[in-house]
Amino acid sequence: MYDVSYHRPASLADAKAMLASDDAKVLAGGQTLLPTMKQHLAAPSDLVDVRRIPGMSGVKVEGGKLVIGAATTHAEVAGNADVLKHVPSLACLAAGIGDPAVRHMGTIGGSIANNDPAADYPSAILALNATVVTDRREIAADDYFQGMFTTALEPGEIITAVKITPPKSGGYAKFPNPASRYAMVGVYVAQTGAGVRVAVTGAGQDGVFRHDGLEAALSARFAPEAVDGVSVSADGLLSDIHGDAAYRAHLVKVMAKRAVAAAA
Amino acid sequence: MATISMTVNGKAVKRAVPDNTLLSEFLREHLRLTGTHVGCDTSQCGACVVHVDGRAIKSCTALAASLDGATVTTIEGLANGDLHPMQKAFNDNHGLQCGFCTPGMIMSGVDMVARYKAEGRELTEAAIRHELEGNICRCTGYHNIVKSIQQAAAEM
Repeated sequence: MYDVSYHRPASLADAKAMLASDDAKVLAGGQTLLPTMKQHLAAPSDLVDVRRIPGMSGVKVEGGKLVIGAATTHAEVAGNADVLKHVPSLACLAAGIGDPAVRHMGTIGGSIANNDPAADYPSAILALNATVVTDRREIAADDYFQGMFTTALEPGEIITAVKITPPKSGGYAKFPNPASRYAMVGVYVAQTGAGVRVAVTGAGQDGVFRHDGLEAALSARFAPEAVDGVSVSADGLLSDIHGDAAYRAHLVKVMAKRAVAAAA
Repeated sequence: MATISMTVNGKAVKRAVPDNTLLSEFLREHLRLTGTHVGCDTSQCGACVVHVDGRAIKSCTALAASLDGATVTTIEGLANGDLHPMQKAFNDNHGLQCGFCTPGMIMSGVDMVARYKAEGRELTEAAIRHELEGNICRCTGYHNIVKSIQQAAAEM
């Protein structure tokens, strides 16, 4: 790893000041950023560790919405009583990210700031129509994800929390790569106030995306069989040594069915 | 440079190290605690698992500077006069071949048993295999490792 200056701001205001340099990056859990730095694929001049800023981690319920602090780890989300009560499908997703040691460090804010095309959380945020809260504004999930490793975040903008209106029901199913355990395809379905929303991760060349056909079919009838008649195109899906686009298109339907069957 | 204070295996330590020092490097090169192994250095193999504030983490994927003030337990800190039940179980069941992955296996084993006990959940054989997702053994199968953790879980 190249040299880097580590900073631990005590407040959001301090963190913002430290992030003024273009080459500074937020450190949230480090489970992607540190390996990337070790491979010299990223070389920030400064790391601004936001984990110990008061209020950045933990889960609360406010006005009927689940508010998850950005620095809340996957293990904390998976085991949190409020998450298990209001959005159990999200706890289930968090419990399946990486491995136990990674879940003790990785954070929800870090995952969605990175927007890895094979990460689990982006599918949940998008399907649940969640709101990404930052140090300067609130961003709707539909506006937030803008392509592989690309988000609406401006330089220096810090995610502070995610707000989720509990859905009537939700479910997540993924087909993990047998070696890396990243999602080759992950599908999150949610019965929200705005209808059924279906978000697919792992499969798209442009990262997480919603699927109109699946949403229409599942809005008409929320049952695994409703997926049968839907056509999922391989256009725009990833092809790699682990599976081609047609294989992933097939997996989208299989995972959608499993997600609906698991919905709670 | 960062000045880091930690409690490692019950002892207070203080060192000034470069900001980019990984916890694995801090333990192995600065504290000479070489029981923590670095297998892949890409957060996949789990040979470097240690406990930080009671939770298992991959020490190759954490900056020492970010853990200032933390309480760390490594494989060297597990035995208390006698071998820890997990260490004894790996010995009893031959839960290793070359032994390179063993420190991480044992630290992950202790962590999973503690978590399942705290949550009142049964640590079944299937659960152990699932929990070992982040620990890779390249010598042999996982059967004796799983047996070892099952034995220790009954004794811990």
